[in-house]
Amino acid sequence: MKVTYYWMREFAPLEVEPAKVAGQLTLSGLEVESIAPAAQPFSSVVVGQVLECRRHPDAEKLSVCEVTTDGANRLTIVCGASNVRGGLKVAVARVGAQLPGGIAIKRARLRGIESNGMICSARELGLGDEHEGIMELPDWLPVGRDLREALDLDDTVLEVNATPNRGDCMSVFGIARDYSAAQWRRALKYPMQPVPARHEACFPVSLEAGAAVPVFTSRIIRGLKPNAATPAWMRERLRRVGHNSISAIVDVTNYVMLELGQPLHAYDHARLKSRIRVRAAEENEPITLLDGKTYTLGRDAYVIADASGAIGLAGIMGGASTAIGDGTTDVLLEAAHFVPEVVAGRARRLGLLTDAAQRFERGVDPTLGPIAIERATALLLDIAGGEPGPTQVTRAAGVEIPLEWVRLRRARLARLLGGLVPDEEVEAILRSLSDGVEKVADGWRLKRPPHRFDLRIEADLIEEIARLRGFERIEEHPALTPQVAGMATERRVAPERLLTTLTDHGYREAITYSFVDPAVQRQLFPDTPALALANPISTDLSEMRISLWSGLLIACRENLRRQHSRVRLFELGNKFDLASGTLREIETLAGTATGARWPEQWGSAREMLDFYDVKADVTDLLTLTGEIERVRFEAAELHCLRPGRTARIFKGNVAIGWLGELHPALQKSFQFANPVVLFELETNEAFTAKLLQFKGTSKFPSVRRDLAVVVDEAVPLAVIEENVTVSASGLLSELRIFDVYRGPGIDSGRKSIALGLILQDSSRTLTDDDADAVVASVVARLVDVLSAKIRDQ
Amino acid sequence: MATSLRLESLIEQALAEVKASSDLAALDEVRVRYLGKKGLITEQLKSLGSLPAAERPAAGQKINESKARVQAALEARRAQLEAARLDAELAAGAIDVTLPGRGGGMGSIHPVTRTRLRIERIFGQAGFEIATGPEVEDDFHNFEALNIPPNHPARAMHDTFYFPDGRLLRTHTSPVQIREMRRRTPPMSLIAPGRVYRNDSDMTHTPMFHQVEGIVVGENVSFANLKAMLHSFVERFFEQPLGMRLRPSYFPFTEPSAEVDIECVFCHGAGCRVCKQSGWLEILGCGMIHPSVLTAAGIDPERWQGYAFGMGIERVAMLRYGVDDLRLFFENDLQFLKQFP
Repeated sequence: MKVTYYWMREFAPLEVEPAKVAGQLTLSGLEVESIAPAAQPFSSVVVGQVLECRRHPDAEKLSVCEVTTDGANRLTIVCGASNVRGGLKVAVARVGAQLPGGIAIKRARLRGIESNGMICSARELGLGDEHEGIMELPDWLPVGRDLREALDLDDTVLEVNATPNRGDCMSVFGIARDYSAAQWRRALKYPMQPVPARHEACFPVSLEAGAAVPVFTSRIIRGLKPNAATPAWMRERLRRVGHNSISAIVDVTNYVMLELGQPLHAYDHARLKSRIRVRAAEENEPITLLDGKTYTLGRDAYVIADASGAIGLAGIMGGASTAIGDGTTDVLLEAAHFVPEVVAGRARRLGLLTDAAQRFERGVDPTLGPIAIERATALLLDIAGGEPGPTQVTRAAGVEIPLEWVRLRRARLARLLGGLVPDEEVEAILRSLSDGVEKVADGWRLKRPPHRFDLRIEADLIEEIARLRGFERIEEHPALTPQVAGMATERRVAPERLLTTLTDHGYREAITYSFVDPAVQRQLFPDTPALALANPISTDLSEMRISLWSGLLIACRENLRRQHSRVRLFELGNKFDLASGTLREIETLAGTATGARWPEQWGSAREMLDFYDVKADVTDLLTLTGEIERVRFEAAELHCLRPGRTARIFKGNVAIGWLGELHPALQKSFQFANPVVLFELETNEAFTAKLLQFKGTSKFPSVRRDLAVVVDEAVPLAVIEENVTVSASGLLSELRIFDVYRGPGIDSGRKSIALGLILQDSSRTLTDDDADAVVASVVARLVDVLSAKIRDQ
Repeated sequence: MATSLRLESLIEQALAEVKASSDLAALDEVRVRYLGKKGLITEQLKSLGSLPAAERPAAGQKINESKARVQAALEARRAQLEAARLDAELAAGAIDVTLPGRGGGMGSIHPVTRTRLRIERIFGQAGFEIATGPEVEDDFHNFEALNIPPNHPARAMHDTFYFPDGRLLRTHTSPVQIREMRRRTPPMSLIAPGRVYRNDSDMTHTPMFHQVEGIVVGENVSFANLKAMLHSFVERFFEQPLGMRLRPSYFPFTEPSAEVDIECVFCHGAGCRVCKQSGWLEILGCGMIHPSVLTAAGIDPERWQGYAFGMGIERVAMLRYGVDDLRLFFENDLQFLKQFP
């Protein structure tokens, strides 16, 4: 909220300049978000009085005014405002004055008459948007006084961010009180100036809401002057703290709320029927509020009602039917106490986060009602006259506001803050918060001040001591903690190793949102359920991802649109799987690649990458587990992947992921020019690692034998590999695939695969005969089992 | 004498031919012509036999000396020609070393991950363990156990994403501290990095971002310890001595609570655009764990106490690397990503 320096100064001595006060407030927990002068700079504007005023002979809309700015000399000033009239006190910019916006006032002739200055509107002085005429100054301002001084325009506006626990700082007085406490001054007391009653009339009030509304203060004021004008000083103060002037009565209630923190409401007394009841709303009870809208309430709301029904929504907004209007002369002022639970959440749900609701939901001092009523009465009488009745305090039957004491143990304070605080400092700080401070055996106890809803337990007081002493006075002190050896597991592949392996393979890490466009997700996974948000930020971010591919494909496409032609992205994050009926968050490592196999460079052919390029990357990742021999790629089908170019990845019998080329139909609809290869691995299963066991190295040379075998297209390499391994009698140390050929010389429907068999024994050097025997055995097996033909070398 | 004169001119002639040889082949021809089996100088030796015995030794010595002279000249010339040949070969094989190398190229780690890993390392070396928790949370762990009951005004500070069944996307990583405190027994020190979500999107907010939460619980873990830990963290993270201040603030789950400001890393407190002329940068929130939170986590607040802190990873990454727009982190533009190798 906004407060001004001068306004605060009415309650607490401010001995330093506004910027310093702002700094002190911030360091004691009331963050000052901005600090600004109350008015833009201008000079040579004084209080003047219009002595005479006549129509300009040659201009219908102009008046020629005789004005004095010193009580003796007369100045002729031409003025275009319709509200200028004889006797009025006005703001006069003298010749030579500098106004906001770089305007300089000079002597000028207006339609033949010399004008010696200007009578200013509020807007011309940067004091508001009103330009319907000139500023009308109060009659009591002395002629000749500098306007900045007369209206306190050298004031400073501070915007203070009171945290949600500090309802007591939602007022000028409250902020001054906390500032004063930070100087360790004795707790500030509310200014209380009772205005005696001039008649006996009271309006009957009954409280039927139990502890929710424990006390309700009200007062009738009769005979107010209708349409009295709000004085300039009050309008100006309201303006500074961001409030428009509405009418004298409303302005007074707002002013007192801003000053003291007690929301007030004024009813048109003539429109109230029989008596006021404060009660829970009835189911589906309608109410039309001051905003002109009708709301339907439930039993959890509280209302102020009269014989006609609900006339106010407790703690949030008054009703339309009893609102004050132009002709109002008699009012009933209300300063009620609604406990935070009555308002909390409700106002927000209704979209009615009014000034009153913001205060009540944080907590308003229950003792403040009468003080606020007296202050409002005094202001109203000043502005609009009137006759006040007695201040009437109605209490809910059987509801006591209990006296609470909060303890503070010396040892606990020292242990929590990590250092001793001298007793006299603790006591000075506690006394700046409350009148009730007592010393007890192991520390102190403090009577909770009624405005501090946040002081309930010892920790609350420790915070007050730390905050009001200044956090900078707590010395830094490293902790001594028990030393325990850390974790460095090899049972899983370290996440950093996964990241660096992919980056070393040319992939860039992306981070995409966990919620995605349901339309994209449906395109990829039409039948898989997904968790939808109830209140998404937009429809294209409204469903939790069931795969990382949706985000990666979009990121990939955006990069292609930004003229990158070769994109390799990966992401490590959770997918939100609903397939089993209950939600599982599954950490997934996923990637996408499209474009050329190699970065564009000299001396290498420009070919598009394919399935096998990415398969190598995935294989390298899985090799990190030390058990790549347990990993299999099996031909499979997935809606979004191209049939015939899709593999399910298994580790042992557990499915750990997918690898495949984006389905050509989707490639087209996503507008990818080239094939896109995708992979995903569920890290929890995929990256468990085997404890490595050294197997020894062979000192004997290896022998290589190459073999080209022709088999049916349908025979996968995995099967050839299996048969070679089985028939190589343990001497095969490695099998290399160095060519796959189709074309002239090979029957159609068949393919030739060139195998390099690396043979080695750990105990002797293999002879040519040994190698020939292995090859013969392998050939026999392939011919027998796979109907393979061996091509001539 | 005639023999002697003949030998002299023969040697002159040989040396001249050696000198004139322009390549190794020509040089070899010279060698054969003079020193080969039937070479002119070899022939001279053969003719010694026709001399009187008394003259033979002197004549033989002379011929041998001459032969050695020619041989030395041949060797020198050979070395010269070989060096020249090597030079020519090297010159022919020179390449342009400024042409780029070939390969698959490097990828990059996202700056948020890079920053998270550094934070994990810095705290890990101080003995903090890393904990994680679910991103889809329930009201209890995200709010209630953290001392934020329904209708609490602090809920307004968390624009929460909800699911129809009442579950929600965690608005901070603090639920992890609840889960871990319930699971473990003190003392403990851990950090919980991860994704968090708020229903807010503008210049300075994205609906998803990353936080690191930290807690330390022990019998005497104090506010003084918290200050010391955070100060050493920021100095290690930014790798420079930095002023730090704590401002009292409010979080329902800590008390006392503080916002931590560090001396602006761009202007060192002089005031600049980034710190809005204040000289300070707000980088994290912290405080002593509220007794109600300890109780909700099954820890006796009379015996145990501790501190907690939380920071936005993007926030510190922006300060560290000078990134001026939060949204860049989630656009995944290769031009952005490649700047973080």
